[in-house]
Amino acid sequence: MMIGKKQLSLLALSASLLATPVLAQSVNLYTTREPALLNPVLEAFTKDTGVKVNAVFLKDGLQERIRAEGANSPADLMLLVDVGEIDAAVQAGITQPLKSETIAKVVPAQLRPDDAWVTLTKRARIVVASKERVAQDTITYEELADPKWKGKFCIRAGQHPYNNAFFAAMIAHDGEAKTETYLKALRANAARKPGGGDRDVARDIQSGLCDVAIINTYYIGLMSQAKNEQKGWFDAIKPLKTTFAKGGTHVNVSAVALAKNAPNKADAVKLVDYMLGEKAQALYANGNFEYPVNAAVTDSAAVKLLGPVTPDTISLSEIARQRKPAANLVDKVGFDS
Amino acid sequence: MSAAGAIDTSRRPPLAGRPSTRLAFAVLGGGALVLLPLAALVATALSAPEAASIWPHLAAHVLPSALAQTALLLAGVGLLSAVIGVGTAWLVTQYDFPGRPSLEWLLALPLALPTYITAYIYVELLGFTGPLQTALRALTGWRSLRDYWFPDPRNIAGAVVIMALVLYPYVYLSTRALFGLQSASIAEAARTLGAGPRRLFWRIGLPLARPALAAGLVLVLLETLNDIGATEYLGVQSLTLSIYTTWLNRGSLAGAAQIACVMLLVVFALIVAEKRLRGQRRFALPTRQARPVARRRLRAPAAALASLACALPVLLGAAIPLAYLCTEILRRNLLAQFDLALLRQLGHAVLLSGTAALVVTALGFAIAAAVRRGRERWLAPLARIAALGYAVPGTVLALGLLIPLAAIDNALADAARHWFGLGTGLLLIGSGTAVVIAYVVRFLTIGISGVESGLSRVSPRIDDAARALGARGPEILRRLHWPLARGATAAAALLVFVDGLKELPATLLLRPLNLETLATTVYGHASRGAFEEGALAALLIILAGLYPAMILARTGPDRRG
Repeated sequence: MMIGKKQLSLLALSASLLATPVLAQSVNLYTTREPALLNPVLEAFTKDTGVKVNAVFLKDGLQERIRAEGANSPADLMLLVDVGEIDAAVQAGITQPLKSETIAKVVPAQLRPDDAWVTLTKRARIVVASKERVAQDTITYEELADPKWKGKFCIRAGQHPYNNAFFAAMIAHDGEAKTETYLKALRANAARKPGGGDRDVARDIQSGLCDVAIINTYYIGLMSQAKNEQKGWFDAIKPLKTTFAKGGTHVNVSAVALAKNAPNKADAVKLVDYMLGEKAQALYANGNFEYPVNAAVTDSAAVKLLGPVTPDTISLSEIARQRKPAANLVDKVGFDS
Repeated sequence: MSAAGAIDTSRRPPLAGRPSTRLAFAVLGGGALVLLPLAALVATALSAPEAASIWPHLAAHVLPSALAQTALLLAGVGLLSAVIGVGTAWLVTQYDFPGRPSLEWLLALPLALPTYITAYIYVELLGFTGPLQTALRALTGWRSLRDYWFPDPRNIAGAVVIMALVLYPYVYLSTRALFGLQSASIAEAARTLGAGPRRLFWRIGLPLARPALAAGLVLVLLETLNDIGATEYLGVQSLTLSIYTTWLNRGSLAGAAQIACVMLLVVFALIVAEKRLRGQRRFALPTRQARPVARRRLRAPAAALASLACALPVLLGAAIPLAYLCTEILRRNLLAQFDLALLRQLGHAVLLSGTAALVVTALGFAIAAAVRRGRERWLAPLARIAALGYAVPGTVLALGLLIPLAAIDNALADAARHWFGLGTGLLLIGSGTAVVIAYVVRFLTIGISGVESGLSRVSPRIDDAARALGARGPEILRRLHWPLARGATAAAALLVFVDGLKELPATLLLRPLNLETLATTVYGHASRGAFEEGALAALLIILAGLYPAMILARTGPDRRG
């Protein structure tokens, strides 16, 4: 007994039930950002413009999906986090230049290289320390390799994209050989095997497992707002003013790119312009404690909590280029094992 | 080892009968479906020859530890699941003790929990700010981890325990069914010959249950091998994780596909080992004389120990995680979140998994029946290949399907535009059919082995007898095999349904715009570090899976006839 008519008709039924009605005026968004972060902005956009946004939240494989869907892909925009991921999408040839007056006005040129993609928000990767056990208020990334932190340093997996980009920046600054030594020293200082998430390092500081740790800035903001035990994690840590020895803080971005075969290009650009506006920037950046790319939004939640940040001078494209060497080094020194 | 009451069926005569073209067609269809993503995988692996240049690096720095960790994980989870599964199954079928009737079905419940959810929950529970450590500090006055040591689940030992707690029901269900079937006469004969309970287990019970143990264990090991959520969260550098980092950080899909192919070899080894373990001999129990085993009543303290041994897996695998989720929901007042969107997500999840369960069962029945006829020798290996779909990591499978399905979609869309001037969009991916196909490929093996185990109870001699009486293929199928294997088939369908509800990576990658299921919602919250906020959706996944798991446990094959 093979697939019977009943099963086939059920399949057809399920197909018709699940099919998305695509409205005349709509934008299709493929995103690796979580829906809860985006929905407020997207809803505001629909309310203000009447253009509906259809979204699908994907994780690994967004790029492969758009490439496989090819000429008939419904994707208009891809909203991505981490410069490596964005760069990979551009390299894969699934994007087209994204330009508009608003973009040119709002986004500095180095945050939209060759108009291939457009930065929406920035986040810094910094060091936090135990309020109780650490006296200093500033630190350099290089200083984390100092043996004085032996058994006192916590970090998530070295292969995680956030660390991958950070180590890539290190390579861009100091070259592979020096970075390898750095990673070895960092690993030797680790209080536990690198792993878990960024918030876990704050918990590990509270528990006394470690004294210093690396974390993305917005997690600090989110924990500060938490109404559960995470508030306790936040209370146990203090952000240190963190820079490279040469100055500048490691900054990564969330960005948007226009799909090569975007069927609703005009509305897609309209959405990007909208997201760069002050209202949306405040909604979007503040909702997640990120630094808005629109300089007109001066009192963002991130700045209020952590102060302004001076980004590292190494270009984002250079960081993207060093991703592979960084991944190799992490394996080579056995960072995650 | 031909124990009394079991018939050796390894050397049965070739059967007469016309090959059913419909059956063969179904087998081919199922086989093609499974081979589709695998072929795409191999093609991807071969597509970029330059990707081969990463092998020296992988071989030197990644694979040795990944292979070792994976082997350790598999051995640990396999052993622990076997001990829990077989032990509890033996207790509930052979003895009577307080709570036994409830425990008998409660023991299947952990199956409803996705491993990633259980892992999250245990990290929270055992964490520094979790209830246990908080209580400990309140009691002792200790202040931080510098004052005391506490077990941390974020390592390979934690992964072994957590995964075994979720996966042991596969072993429990399959061996319990067999222990329940072993006719009382075997046990009585053994006892008459002076065998104590220990010898009865080691010499009779376990050897006869070996095929069932192997079948359950293979499911456990394959689930362990393809897991990514729990192992990554608990910090195990498994082979699957290496595939991910190769793909994502090195941007080398081809390299990742190459590691995936290596992993397929591991899977092949597992499947071959299962076949070996089952042995060439198969045992069909004569159904007519299978009187249920009379359970022996245990006295205290043995009875208390038996109750405890069976209650512990239920407690750790289901009750505590459920209690945690319910507490979080109440504490955070998440019931206020209960809205239409959540119900819609539940509806999507049920629809996708339900459709997949129907298709898998139909295909599985056809394939198992065709293999049983045994006329075409090439059929049996093909049915084994179906197990590969289960073993490939979900994302790899989804990627493998994405490429051919999108190609079909594009061909259809272009054709529709060309011939009818219609803009159909992507039909398979745009409708959710792609997700159903992914589930079918992934879970087909459950359908096949479920039906096979049901049919294995029927001696092939009964088929022969039916044929001698003039019954033909379809009639044998309808009037003999279907009624006899109905229970096992329904059980397999339920298992697929539950697994579909929990499935994440393929759902995530292949679903259409605007479609969320419960699992993708939980994942959305978890991936921004706010797992608790998805507690309600997580609870719904589990509740939707609990009911089928309960039916599964209550109407297992041993309860019928």
